Amino acid sequence: MGNARIKVFGIHDLISVDANTASNTVVIDGNEFSTNDIQLDSPISGTVFGTLVNFKGVLEELGDTVNDKPYLSPPVAPVLYIKPANTFNRYGAGIPMPEGISKLEMGASLGIVIGKKAVAVNEELALNYIAGYTIVNDVSVPHDSIYRPAVQHKSRDGFCPIGPWVINRQAVENPDNLLIRVYINDELRQENSTTNLIRSVGRLLADVTEFMTLSPGDVLLVGVPEEAPQANVGDKVRIEIAGIGSLENIIVDEKAFTQRGTK
Amino acid sequence: MRTARISYGGAIHEAIEWEGRLKLDNGQIVEEQDVVWLTPIVPRTVFALGLNYADHAAELAFAAPSEPLVFLKSPNAFIGHQGFTRRPDDVTYMHYECELAVIIGQTARNVKKENAYKYIKGYSVANDYAFRDYLENYYRPNLRVKNRDRCTPFGPWMVDAGDIANPMDLKLTTHVNKKLVQQGTTADMIFDIPTLIEYLSSFMTLSENDVILTGTPKGSVNTAVGDVVVTEVEGIGRLVNTIIGDESFTNR
Repeated sequence: MGNARIKVFGIHDLISVDANTASNTVVIDGNEFSTNDIQLDSPISGTVFGTLVNFKGVLEELGDTVNDKPYLSPPVAPVLYIKPANTFNRYGAGIPMPEGISKLEMGASLGIVIGKKAVAVNEELALNYIAGYTIVNDVSVPHDSIYRPAVQHKSRDGFCPIGPWVINRQAVENPDNLLIRVYINDELRQENSTTNLIRSVGRLLADVTEFMTLSPGDVLLVGVPEEAPQANVGDKVRIEIAGIGSLENIIVDEKAFTQRGTK
Repeated sequence: MRTARISYGGAIHEAIEWEGRLKLDNGQIVEEQDVVWLTPIVPRTVFALGLNYADHAAELAFAAPSEPLVFLKSPNAFIGHQGFTRRPDDVTYMHYECELAVIIGQTARNVKKENAYKYIKGYSVANDYAFRDYLENYYRPNLRVKNRDRCTPFGPWMVDAGDIANPMDLKLTTHVNKKLVQQGTTADMIFDIPTLIEYLSSFMTLSENDVILTGTPKGSVNTAVGDVVVTEVEGIGRLVNTIIGDESFTNR
């Protein structure tokens, strides 16, 4: 049965595996492999929605500015954005640094993978609509204003690595208590936990599906913690979420990214 | 040529206009009123433009933007011709937006304006409803305003790009219950179609069936449950949608 599903290059369907989220290895047919030894592809098929300002520390950082122009009041409903298909990227692949940009923000987020159609769900029953969890690096060109949609900052090619797998919902005891760590070149640069979410996983699903249906294969990011670290070309970025695994990518010059599909 | 996607007799077909009727991809001729209209293509990434007509920007008390104001929409938002869009009971201001939809035909990256039209495979009509009660000033217009289920009628057809001599000179009209409520021309776009393709492809790759909803002119007013809203773009199509209320839904 396994506790996770992976998408392997060249194999059409997801494969159920036993994943070890601490060592980032999988057992396939009795043999153990490191995620670095498998050609993993992005394990999701639907739309990826990001959630803005869902960590208490992010709201604290905004401080009184939420009452000033142009925001005029703190956010009321979940503020979402879409990571379009051109941004989808995979475990181990390069994240392209666009020409003329020198630093990229690494947006570590738990990704909720939807398992069945979710329309106006109750918070108490919300977890039943989840197939599992994955790790997403919601990459951005750093930007201060969150007044207008940040399509130019968030929708560039390769700006959404997802992986290494989807851990089954049943294998995660409490999605609202997961440690998140970001390492750049093996140095710990950010540490936070989903205990600090403004809207818990269940609450977020309830409040989002109040106005918008989520479908199987869609991914809802719980949000990026405050003080997201920045990375440069050549940096190796690893996002660890306890109980989910590690997502590793390297920042590359965008000219190198045209070699998509090669390793 | 005008191509639709429809459902008929338990199957999904492509269909073309055929002497006032529809010819399905299996050769069968059927009446328009006997089919269920789906969106003319299955949209991939959908870009929508805010404030892309100066008169509409002024109507909303905004200065015209200096760079395109782009937001994205996801598949749950779309619905075909002759569909129904729900207006929640708590909404006081829901308005239509008649827009020319541009459908991308091939991979586009760093395209220059002068070559942009080559990347378009066709045009259609969209009605990009907004629910202004839910506006918040974070990534505005936020998804709760612009990405609700079935809030973006799209269709009825895709008209081949080669059939439209000048997409930058088409009349846009909206009728609510047969009364003319909105009119304009694509000639008044602030950022024209080639500029939008150059802009978007300058920072991301566009692919076949990506769609650009090019914005709406002045004339957006509130609509009510039961209203029949017809958005039309000259030479492209006439898109019909009916607004329904909460009463036929079990949730809420």
